[in-house]
Amino acid sequence: MSESSSTRTPTGDPGGRSSSAKKVPEDPISEQPASPAAQPPASEKPKKVRAGDRIFQNLTTGAGLFVVILIALIGLFLLVQAIPALTADKANFLFSHGWSTNDPGNMSFGILDLLEVTVATSVVALVIAMPVSLGIALFLTQYAPKRLSRIFAYVIDLLAAVPSIIFGLWGILVFAPAIEPFSQWINSTFSWFPLLAPGNVQPNVRGTIFTAGIVLAVMILPIITSLSREVFERTPTPHIEGALALGATRWEVIRTTVLPFGKAGYIGASMLGLGRALGETIALAVILLIPQGRDFSWSFFDGGSTFASKIAVNYSEFNNETSAGAYIAAGLVLFVLTFLVNFAARAIIGKKGD
Amino acid sequence: MEETAVKIMRPLSAVCIVASAALVLAACGTDPAASTNSASNTASAPAATGTAEVKCGGKSPLSAEGSSAQKNAIDIFTQQYTKKCPGQQANYNPSGSGAGVKQFNANQIDFGGSDSAIKDADAAAAKTRCGSDAWNIPLVVGPVAVAYKLSGVDKLALTPSVIAKIFSGGITKWSDPAIKAVKGNESLTLPDKPIQVVSRSDESGTTDNFQKYLGAAAKADWTKGAGKKFNGGVGNGAQGSNGVATAVKGADGAITYVEGAFAKDGLTPALIDSGSGGVELSAANVAKSLDAAKFVKDGSNDLALDLNAIYASNIPGAYPLLLTTYEIVCSKYSDAQVSQAVKAFLTVAATDGQQPLSAKGYVPIPQSLQTKVLASIQAIS
Repeated sequence: MSESSSTRTPTGDPGGRSSSAKKVPEDPISEQPASPAAQPPASEKPKKVRAGDRIFQNLTTGAGLFVVILIALIGLFLLVQAIPALTADKANFLFSHGWSTNDPGNMSFGILDLLEVTVATSVVALVIAMPVSLGIALFLTQYAPKRLSRIFAYVIDLLAAVPSIIFGLWGILVFAPAIEPFSQWINSTFSWFPLLAPGNVQPNVRGTIFTAGIVLAVMILPIITSLSREVFERTPTPHIEGALALGATRWEVIRTTVLPFGKAGYIGASMLGLGRALGETIALAVILLIPQGRDFSWSFFDGGSTFASKIAVNYSEFNNETSAGAYIAAGLVLFVLTFLVNFAARAIIGKKGD
Repeated sequence: MEETAVKIMRPLSAVCIVASAALVLAACGTDPAASTNSASNTASAPAATGTAEVKCGGKSPLSAEGSSAQKNAIDIFTQQYTKKCPGQQANYNPSGSGAGVKQFNANQIDFGGSDSAIKDADAAAAKTRCGSDAWNIPLVVGPVAVAYKLSGVDKLALTPSVIAKIFSGGITKWSDPAIKAVKGNESLTLPDKPIQVVSRSDESGTTDNFQKYLGAAAKADWTKGAGKKFNGGVGNGAQGSNGVATAVKGADGAITYVEGAFAKDGLTPALIDSGSGGVELSAANVAKSLDAAKFVKDGSNDLALDLNAIYASNIPGAYPLLLTTYEIVCSKYSDAQVSQAVKAFLTVAATDGQQPLSAKGYVPIPQSLQTKVLASIQAIS
């Protein structure tokens, strides 16, 4: 915290702020901890590394390496299991829609449909969850009284503890019937707009990407909210107080200090939520209806399967190694997709970060 | 001091209130096992009355694995088994027919449960495992309903040909004259709604039996073949029997095929007209179909039913759409302990275990079938 306030040039009086009063006013760059007097003892024994330090260093290196190796092994497992099925595939794996893997000698499967449905559900979930989480996090850190914000935060975290299957059942049994009139209204009013037109499971509007996306949004809300809340809480008080001292309103304070500071963390939290949305299995398997013989028709009111829900629904087909390989190949694509998403997130954070 | 005491007491009292509320609410609930509602099977099923001597003993616990459709039935059998043979146990893992057959052939379990009779390559592998032939013993029979939801229509009769056309896209609206033309539908007012077909999106023995039925009973209209995956190419798929039932309940004008036990509370099972008038889904009518059952290997102790004959049959008053799950056993076990326990379990299942099945939506096997089943079980050595 002290380093960030030292890199930002103070705009007001040098000795006016409370937290910087601790520093010696005539020596703003007081980061060097070692005084010249401390140097000679260290230069007498330059090579001595304590055993405890070395052990700890190795342990942490080992932990880091372990995670990297684990991910590499998972990727390798997916690849090895998928290759026989991929070579036996008669259709273009990346660009065809159908999926027929019953007969190991005559398989033709493609993941385009799965990819489209996965991306569509995640987009709906993010578009709904991101603004709402931002609002909740700002409310909890900037507007709510301390005691209320603690209780609220606890309740939001409780939402994260609800198992996915409960969300799936709630979605299909309670939520879908409740928003059916709303979905039908959107369908009829906006049928000229392709994304909101009646989908490939019409006239059913319950088991659609729209419903699933909203349920997913509720599921990823607590993740994004709690991480954003942590980040917004860390906004340096000098910044906030500086803005307030300049006569900013609450909203202007948020806009000029909290949001720029917390943007990277907020995007990181959203990417974490997106990761959960991409991999959500059982809730989507329960909610989404799967149209027989019809492909994704670029509407949020379509049905279909995502990568994860397709693997879960067809788990019993895994008796046959080659058929199983087809599903593992789909899992591999999901794995790569998640990697790409996280990579893009890091790039965005890197650009905006200071 | 008092402040700390109050601080501790407040959350503690909240916990106490919640705990006592939970206990009170738990006491208010009723034991589901005690209240047996006879659901779709209105008439009490005519269970077989034959009895047989049960020689308790042998391996305990007995291990079995297989079809999930018969999980409830096996639970009932196990209950009766432990009652009849105190101290004996049986464990069943409902991981699916495919897994059950695989584990049986790998000598990991004592008997398997499968939605379809073991044959061809699997039967050869089983023969190697047993050192003798493997037998299919049908012990659990359940009806499959063609269930629909259409407001204002309580009693709908359908012929296999019309069903085949609906499930393959030939008939797309409820107002289609082909539906009205079925005997018994003359007085109905069928709305001009589209028919929403719902099928099973996961691999299912119910789908397999339904498609086999259509292939046998409506050869000209159903050309899509059979198999655990729905080949009709129309409608939407939902996951599991619960999924299809929920999907149909939520859509006026939807129709699906589902185990008989799920065709209630908003769903109505259709009457099936095989040529002699519409037959209602009931345990008695299914038993009539089984009475005339023929076997694939006539005269052998392997009781795999010739389902095509049943499906294509036209017995007045018989409901032909059923599925059977088989227990796959060795005709000769190498271990006498296993053989004794398997015989005891299956004998109890075939006698005392059948009557309680009707409460769960299954159909107890009729007398004629029971005699043959008991004879086969006795022949296991």
